[in-house]
This record gives sequence, C-alpha cells and structure tokens, in this order.
Amino acid sequence: MDQKHSVLEMDYIRKQERIALKNCGLIDPERIEEYIRYDGYQALAKAILQLGPEGVIEEVEASGLRGRGGAGFPTGRKWRSGYLAKGNEKFIICNADEGDPGAFMDRSILEGDPHSVIEAMTIAAFAIGATKGFIYVRAEYPIAVKRLQIAIDQAHEMGFLGSDIFGSGFGFDIELRLGAGAFVCGEAKALIASIEGKRGMPTPKPPRTNDKGLWSKPTILNNVETFANIPPIIRNGAGWYAAIGSEKSKGTKVFALGGKINRTGLVEIPIGTPLREVIFDIGGGIPGGKKFKAVQTGGPSGGCIPTEHLDVKIDYESLQDIGSMMGSGGMIVMDEDNCMVDIARFFLEFSVEESCGKCTPCREGTKKMLGILEKITSGEGVMSDLDDLERLGQIIKDTSLCGLGKTAPNPVLSTLKYFRDEYEAHVKDKTCPAGVCKALLQYTITDKCIGCGICKTVCPVSCITGNKKEKHVIDPSACIRCGACQEACPVDAIIKR
Amino acid sequence: MTGGLAVKSFEELMALKERIGREEATDEIKIMVGMATCGISAGAKPVMKALMAFVEEQGLKQVKVKQTGCIGICRLEPMFEIFEPGGERTTYVDMTPEKAVEVLEAHLLHHHVIEKYTIGAYD
Repeated sequence: MDQKHSVLEMDYIRKQERIALKNCGLIDPERIEEYIRYDGYQALAKAILQLGPEGVIEEVEASGLRGRGGAGFPTGRKWRSGYLAKGNEKFIICNADEGDPGAFMDRSILEGDPHSVIEAMTIAAFAIGATKGFIYVRAEYPIAVKRLQIAIDQAHEMGFLGSDIFGSGFGFDIELRLGAGAFVCGEAKALIASIEGKRGMPTPKPPRTNDKGLWSKPTILNNVETFANIPPIIRNGAGWYAAIGSEKSKGTKVFALGGKINRTGLVEIPIGTPLREVIFDIGGGIPGGKKFKAVQTGGPSGGCIPTEHLDVKIDYESLQDIGSMMGSGGMIVMDEDNCMVDIARFFLEFSVEESCGKCTPCREGTKKMLGILEKITSGEGVMSDLDDLERLGQIIKDTSLCGLGKTAPNPVLSTLKYFRDEYEAHVKDKTCPAGVCKALLQYTITDKCIGCGICKTVCPVSCITGNKKEKHVIDPSACIRCGACQEACPVDAIIKR
Repeated sequence: MTGGLAVKSFEELMALKERIGREEATDEIKIMVGMATCGISAGAKPVMKALMAFVEEQGLKQVKVKQTGCIGICRLEPMFEIFEPGGERTTYVDMTPEKAVEVLEAHLLHHHVIEKYTIGAYD
C-alpha cells in the first residue's frame, strides 16, 4: 500500500509518546466499559489492594512526575506532605481551570478520557487519606463538564467511587465546581477561595494549601494532565515512567500547537525533546514558506523563544533558563509577519484584563507597562521607555502576590531580550518591521500601478489621487491605514512598510 | 451490563474486562467519530448522524458508530476512523455528511478505500 491511510502511519502521531492522551480518540468517553477494557481502574485496584498509601506515594515519587500545570513541583513530594499533614478531613482538588489563550490540553483529556482523572484523584485520595474531591472546571467547557458528570455517576455505580471502594473500607466522592471564567482562579489559592464561595483571589503563602487548603484543611491540588499520568504510572510501575523523559524531568508533556504552524493540534512528547523537532518534524514547520521567528511557550506567563534557541531541549529548567517556561503547554509559533512588540502587547493586555487587582504591582504595574507598549506601537515611544519596561517588569515579577503577576512581564522581558532591534525600530525609526503596528505603517503605490483607479474607489477616506492610466498617490497624512486599497489592487502595486 | 454491582477485587475487575471484550462481536467494525469540542465545532455532529443513518438504512448489524475524544489533529476535523476486525485502521478526515456517506458506501459495501479522503492525502 503506497498511500498512508491511518493516523498511526503519520509522522505527527508516530513521533509522539502518548501516555496522558493514550485513550483520547480511541475510546467512547461516555462508556466506563471502554475505559475498563483499556485497563481502566486497574491502577486503583493495585493502589488499594496491593500498594497501600505509602506504597502509592513511593511509586509517584520514584516516577519523577512533576506538576503539569506549569510549576513543575514534584507530585510525589506534594502527596507525601498531604499524607503527613494532620487533619480530620482532607481534600483532593483537580485544577481544570485551563485558561491560557490557545491551550486546550486539559480539555482534550477531560473530553476524551474523563475516567483517567477520576481514577487518579481516587488514588490520590487513598494515598493521603482524603474523603472528598472537587474538580474545578471552567464553565466554558460544557462538553467536559457533561462527560465528567457521566463518568462520576458511572464510577459510583461500579463502586470505584463512594463508600468501601474495592471492599477496603476507604470511601471517596467527587463533585464538580464550575469556574466562571476568571483566569486567576487557576491559581491554587484563588481556586480554593472560589470553591469556598468567596471571591476568587489569591492569598499569601505560607500557609501552603498542603497544610491549610480548602476550608483550612490539608488539600492536594493537581492539574488535569498530572492526574492523567497517575494511572499508567501505578499500573506500569515508576521505573517504566522514569525511563521516559530527561534527567531532571521524567515522562511526557502535552502541548497545544498553534499559530503559524502547519499541523496545529495536540501533541504529547517525551520531556527533553528538542523544540525544533516539535515545531518542524511533528508540527510540519511554518506554512507558506515563511520564516520562523519565535515560539511562545507558557501562554501569557511565558516568553518568546527565538531561532537561536530552537535546539533547546524542552524541560522545566531549560525553558526557564532562556526566559520562558513550560507552563501548562500552550505553544504558539510566530513567523516573520508577527511583530514581537505587538505580541508582547497582546499577552500583556490579557494579563492586565485578568489581574484580580488585589496586589498593587500586578494591578497598577502591568497597566503601566501596557501603556508604555501602546505608546511604542503607536510611534510615540522614546528609548528610555525600554529601560522603564525592563525595570518595571522586574519589580512586578519580584513583588506580585501570585503567579499571575510574577509571570505577567515575561512576554515583554523576553521579547526585549531577544528582539530588542524590533523595539528600537519602533522607537527610533518609527517603523514596524513586520508591518503589523498600524500607526507606523505607510501604504505606498509603486511603479507597478496601471492607473485603474480601483484603489481610489475603495478608499474610505478618499486619500488617493491620480488620473486614469497614470500612477496614483496616497496622502499619508489622511490615510487611516485600513489596507482596503492594497486588497483591492489588481496588480499588487500597493505595498505597506 | 454491569448490573449495578460494585467491583470488589482485582479478579472481579479483570473478569469484567474480559467480559466486555467478549461482548464485542468478532466481526465487529467500529467507526469512531471525533466528538470533542474541536470536532463538534467543525461539524462532527451532522457527520455522525449521517453515519448512523447509513448504517441503520443498510442494516449493517456488525457496524458500530461511536463517539470518541480528540486525537490531536484538530485542523482536519471532522474526522472518523474505521477499525476492522483484521486490525485495519483507516482515518478519514475533513468530512462532511455527504462525504461520510460516500466513504461508507465505498468502504463498507465495496471494500474500497477512498484515498483522497484519508489522512495520507492531506498530510
């Protein structure tokens, strides 16, 4: 057979290592029987009937699994502190408040394999001695919410949730809590406040949620993808998992590929895979023969990575070393047509809108930074603005209360570091090299003009003049840079720069 | 099928897994339709309806049309995969209800793969 017919034959899938996404696209997520058929709930049985709480924690520790929500905290260590915490009641929370723009790893797991999360939460509860769990999921994910509820009901029916699970006397229950769309509620303490019925705002650490979390009880909070790795780890053993990945970071990570890339979608790769391999071999490179410029990892909290770092091996430390972060797994590719100042402005604008306003550096500082960026993109920047951005960014990072503020300056700081020339072009030459920032654009009619007059007709502000069959001219002072003339020109005589 | 009985041991779980496997007919052909957010927003629901209607009309008892999650190729949704008893797996992408019926007619009734609709033709 010459032609490839199956997804399994495609490089896109072949170069992946699917653990968290193992069942996604293979089983019917609304039928527990299919999950069981693909080894579902065996890990829970093994945990309860063979390993015991300490055994489970030892396995998770030995696996080397680290938090997939972005911070990369060792999961086993977190669970042990939950196990050791004193309390008559403990909680397990699954953070499914996936909010990074362009990220949909968790949604895919919840929609495609909800039982894996439920099984993992039950294992975690058994390990630390919790009796109650919550999944905090965004209301914007209605399909995930529906399938989770179906899965919870089915797990109850078969005795994988409820009282006396596997006849052990251990009981556990899970409830859903819907988030109303605030990005900051993905932060552990804001999330907990939201479940408690309070306004979703972070509070200082310590105390850590492991000791004083939900209703001040010991609480272990993990991300969806972290949980999805647990059943395979328990089932196949820590050694199996620890053999995958890099020295310091074991296992795999799911990324949502987006932006200027041929194969947008979800990929799961062993940690330590070079960035270049993900973007070019798996992602198929940049469309339309355009040149790669940068890749943004970690969403609005991450940084932009330039070409010279394409060979970096993806793991928590390496990405941090070059001014970005693993984050939850958003990966947005940019090409030569993207203006890096505009990209930084876009992500910062997101953080400004989502800042809860509790602490001053994040509330006021990010707004000031955004103001400076807007000044630069509208052609009114001065060179000292760049230093102000750097200084302000560093202060916000150092003094904000929670992760949102601590990371919000990253897109600006990383682009300032790697694409300073673009900032300088905006400030000194008053040009946008990528041709994105409208205020800095100038539309010009070249000698290719045939004098047809179409541009003149479409121009909404009548700033184009010229006689029939003669070269036309745009009056830059009246031009509103809408681009209508360029689109309408039949001979591509109008350029912007 | 589970009878509402709680599973109480590893053996019971494994027996259940076996039973679920056995309940699948040996000549069963499975059609898995990508029905995650990406698939549905690209139009997977009408595609799935068309598939089910075709299977019903033709009385293809051994063919089961099921929903599944996202396999990660969101850009080529709606898509579905046909799993055959011999282990053959064919991935049809960028589907519409009309194309879906065309595919089933060729694939199920005439054992013919429509190459131009498979993932290989797109990637």
